[in-house]
Amino acid sequence: MTSLQHQGRASYAFFERNWNLTKRYMGWEIVWLVYNVINALSVTLISKNTSLLQNVSQAQIDSLTLYLLIGTSVWSYLSVTFEGVTDIINIERWEGTIEHTFMAPVSRFTHMIGSCWFAIVHGILFTFIQLLIVASFFSLDLSHANYLTAVFMLLLGSVSFVGFGIAASVLPLLYTERGSQMSFIVRAIILLVSGVYYPISALPGWMQPAASISPATYVLNGLRLALQDNSPIWSAEIWSNTWPLVITGVLSIPLGLMIFRIAERYAKRTGRLKRNG
Amino acid sequence: MAIQDIDAADLTKDITIDTAKDAIVIDGVSKVFRKPRSLLGLRKKEKKEEKREVRAVDNVTMHVKHREIVGILGANGSGKSTLIRILSTLLIPDAGHVSIFGYDIEKDERTVQRLINRVSVEASFFKKLSPMENLIYAARLYNMPGNEARTKIRQILERLGIPKDRIGQPLENMSRGMQQKVAIARAFLTSPIVLLLDEPTTGLDPRSKIDVQVFVRQLREEHNATIMITTHDMDEAEALCDRVAIIDQGKIVAEGTVEELKKVVTARMERTSLVTMNEVFMHYTVAHLITEADIARYGSWEKAFEAFEAHKEE
Repeated sequence: MTSLQHQGRASYAFFERNWNLTKRYMGWEIVWLVYNVINALSVTLISKNTSLLQNVSQAQIDSLTLYLLIGTSVWSYLSVTFEGVTDIINIERWEGTIEHTFMAPVSRFTHMIGSCWFAIVHGILFTFIQLLIVASFFSLDLSHANYLTAVFMLLLGSVSFVGFGIAASVLPLLYTERGSQMSFIVRAIILLVSGVYYPISALPGWMQPAASISPATYVLNGLRLALQDNSPIWSAEIWSNTWPLVITGVLSIPLGLMIFRIAERYAKRTGRLKRNG
Repeated sequence: MAIQDIDAADLTKDITIDTAKDAIVIDGVSKVFRKPRSLLGLRKKEKKEEKREVRAVDNVTMHVKHREIVGILGANGSGKSTLIRILSTLLIPDAGHVSIFGYDIEKDERTVQRLINRVSVEASFFKKLSPMENLIYAARLYNMPGNEARTKIRQILERLGIPKDRIGQPLENMSRGMQQKVAIARAFLTSPIVLLLDEPTTGLDPRSKIDVQVFVRQLREEHNATIMITTHDMDEAEALCDRVAIIDQGKIVAEGTVEELKKVVTARMERTSLVTMNEVFMHYTVAHLITEADIARYGSWEKAFEAFEAHKEE
């Protein structure tokens, strides 16, 4: 019981610390939000260009707008959450607190859960604000949207994103100078193969199987089904995207933690677990 | 077997501490760091193999008793911080064993982490956060409830002379001395049974140094803490430590009370008056620089040492 209480308190410590840091770096949050909004608008406005093509109805343009809007929002959510998770190491090294945190009597699971919990809440809030701003530029008909399914798919997908993020956070742990930049490659691959801005069928044939192991593929499918087609959680279409997310979630978190434990032990053997690179 | 109920946070209440045992046991510990090899340098691998290795800690054996304050004295790069990082569970030794009150730092890592805390030369904090926010974070990691922690944090910080109006302000606006006091407060907050201080007063003004030293003594007197401190400051070592060990090139080259070491070096140097601690330190830490050829050339080790010192002054 005491141990459980301790791990609960420690987990909250990471959440509270990250919240306090977000408040202190509010200027950076605003800059990041503006950047994401501009980025999302630049992509979503591409749909307006389709009016130049012949035989394209307004309904099809609106459908493409929503398709791209979902893509930019999910990508933003994934980026913010993923960055929050990989920051488990980045921020500690930047601030010089990594040794203090790693010698605290808390399990790595608690450490990760506390940080990831904040990353998810932060990602959802950030994306919601971005979505509100970007959506205000377009007159979209969302009367057929199923928001419950949309939130369900986003939360379910978060589990896998967290697993991938934990595994990617070993890069800044092991490569003290450029590890943070190296973790961008994981995000870039997810962006390329998951159908964020185009359907999977647009990928070259040899690249398409990679889409099936990316959780973002199923989150995007589910969200598009929810927001464009009003698909309920229990529908067969949603289920076909739910079970792969359950599998990647169940596998990715323990696998991510295992990879992190191995990397932490290696870092402790080689002296890489220190405040400055 | 004396099992003492040491004043500690809830976190350590379920851990059995046998104070009859040595608080810290370091047994034949070695740590070698290998510099990363550049891809282009692969062919020169064999020739440069030795240069790539740095033996930071070399077969160190040491025992520290409960409530003892032991100083580790050494020059920069002598291995003292590596030793502290091994004790802090941040480094895994290549050889040997380390235990804290009988708990192995590798096998019982979590238990050891509950018993220790460390203050390093740089106050490692989230500089944008306030002392209160940083210390609340630390307190929760060590299982202290928020309200209890807030009260205790205010008490400790006030006792350390941190003004009330600074407790909620970002740490980046504080002087290094104040930041180091907050670091000491963080260690004190978790009531560690073993406190590891890695050059805690380096760069502090004399007033702040004295404040920290007073606080370290209080930690031992009021909380029965065992303290290991690394320092360059010989006066500090004399003022604080029951016993000191001098480390040079990763090896413990001398160990004893300040008086014992002074007497040994005085006799070796054939002086009539007692040498200073600085002279003791110099005697042991330059020993490896004086070769058999130097001794033969100058007639004795002491004369070779004097020549070495004179040469350095030139």
